[in-house]
Amino acid sequence: MLRLEKITKRFANGTLALEGIDLEIAPQTIVSIVGASGSGKSTLLRVISGLETPSMGQLSWNGQAIQRAQRAISFIFQEPRLMPWLKVTHNVRLGLGPSPDREDEKLVTEAIAKVGLERFAQALPRELSGGMAQRVAIARALVARPSLVLLDEPFSALDAFNRLKLQNHLLKIWATDRTTLLVVTHDAEEALVFSDRVIVLTGQPGRISEDFFIPLPRPRRRTDPEFQSWKQTILGALDLSLLEESEMLGEKSYASAP
Amino acid sequence: MGTSAKRRMTGFAGAFPEEKASFPVAERSARMPLWTRNGLGWIVPVILIAGWELLARAGLMDVSLFSGPSKIATELWKIAFNGELLAHLEATSVRVLSGFAIGVSAATLLGALTGYSGTARRLLDPLLQSLRSIPSMAWVPLFLLWLGIGESSKIFLIALGAFFPVYLNLMNGVRNVDRKLVEAGLANGFRGFALAKAVILPASLPAYLVGLRQGLSLGWMFVVAAEIMGASRGLGYLLVDGQTTGRPAIMMSSVILFALCGKASDGVLARLSERWLYWQDVYKT
Repeated sequence: MLRLEKITKRFANGTLALEGIDLEIAPQTIVSIVGASGSGKSTLLRVISGLETPSMGQLSWNGQAIQRAQRAISFIFQEPRLMPWLKVTHNVRLGLGPSPDREDEKLVTEAIAKVGLERFAQALPRELSGGMAQRVAIARALVARPSLVLLDEPFSALDAFNRLKLQNHLLKIWATDRTTLLVVTHDAEEALVFSDRVIVLTGQPGRISEDFFIPLPRPRRRTDPEFQSWKQTILGALDLSLLEESEMLGEKSYASAP
Repeated sequence: MGTSAKRRMTGFAGAFPEEKASFPVAERSARMPLWTRNGLGWIVPVILIAGWELLARAGLMDVSLFSGPSKIATELWKIAFNGELLAHLEATSVRVLSGFAIGVSAATLLGALTGYSGTARRLLDPLLQSLRSIPSMAWVPLFLLWLGIGESSKIFLIALGAFFPVYLNLMNGVRNVDRKLVEAGLANGFRGFALAKAVILPASLPAYLVGLRQGLSLGWMFVVAAEIMGASRGLGYLLVDGQTTGRPAIMMSSVILFALCGKASDGVLARLSERWLYWQDVYKT
């Protein structure tokens, strides 16, 4: 169980990114956080990961306070962020942390197989396509068998075809592993394809404005009328009239954030 | 049982058809052969030397000031034959290498420290930057005063010359490491020394290697200053000796030997850089 109590984050420059976020997320579920840019959704994810410390409030995973990055929680960034000097297999091994056990080696092989890149285990990042590189990043995030995976717009840098392919792939992995996934996205459709629950964040400062439980069965078809009606609901909650303004504010505050 | 168990073991590799890298990666063997690549660099010097020799023989050049290449070669052969050349080369190389080693060690330590820690940078960098602006020749009399005319003053002068480029490049290399890579390291539990080893040092290696090459070439420059200030052996001594005994061929031999030594040692570092930075995604010409 992920528990956030009154999480507030104010950056050094005074920007209030998050205010009073209360949230509980059940294990083995997929939860999406949607919102326009600048709504604080990425900041929220970074706070949960331990990359940023909250200015106020408590957060815990399975009853343990989160103070810094830990092995049970892993992070998938918008870009692959692979170390360009390491082969795929060594990049994946980074997910095991600074001092992996010798027995962990087979986890690396397993994780690479899980994303279907066995033939590229010895390749360098520069030899991979964008989609393949992001799959390596997924393998790196899953290798330590985390119980919570945080994904920050993980597919937004990919083309539409690769995005669909990786979304399906991640869902298949989830179907066996049942790792709790917390996905930040600005794509209402992506949120609906994935999630048991969609949380809408509006800024600024970022606050939870809506919390939808999505009862649709899986696998979900984007063309289903029910899927479409949910999509309209979520788009409505995003308050598109405010989008333009918050986007401008958002870019500004993000650029000046430390 | 068979299929489902198998699927679980192999993951979902089947979800992806056979894939190739999105663009071809240059293979070493597919590039120009080694002798062609290195051979090209010889063409211009050979033409220049041939022209020089022709001008000297035709009497169009004052050979008392510019000895012809054949005259220089004869002088070189003479000192090579009596063992003098080897002694000079050895003395100079030992000075350059020991000075370089000392300078690089200090620069690596301080550059990594000031790059990594803001406090260390604010504490030490202003001082080091102001020392850097002192002209190298200004140190010569001071080093002679402090360390005497022996080897140590020469070696430390070279160390000083090699220090600054390595220090500056490494500090900036460490400071400019991509924040995104550092965060990827942090998110995977790397911090402190582990983070430096896994992310920051490899990421700053390209800048460090540039610093090493600059430092080494400055080392060769400073050894001339060091040997001119008083030495009984070495290529710099050869230069002064040629000057005082009025033998331009010897002076030019010394200059040519400096060029060859500098180029050879830089070549070693260039090859090492190429080998260590094989992972860089750069446009190869």
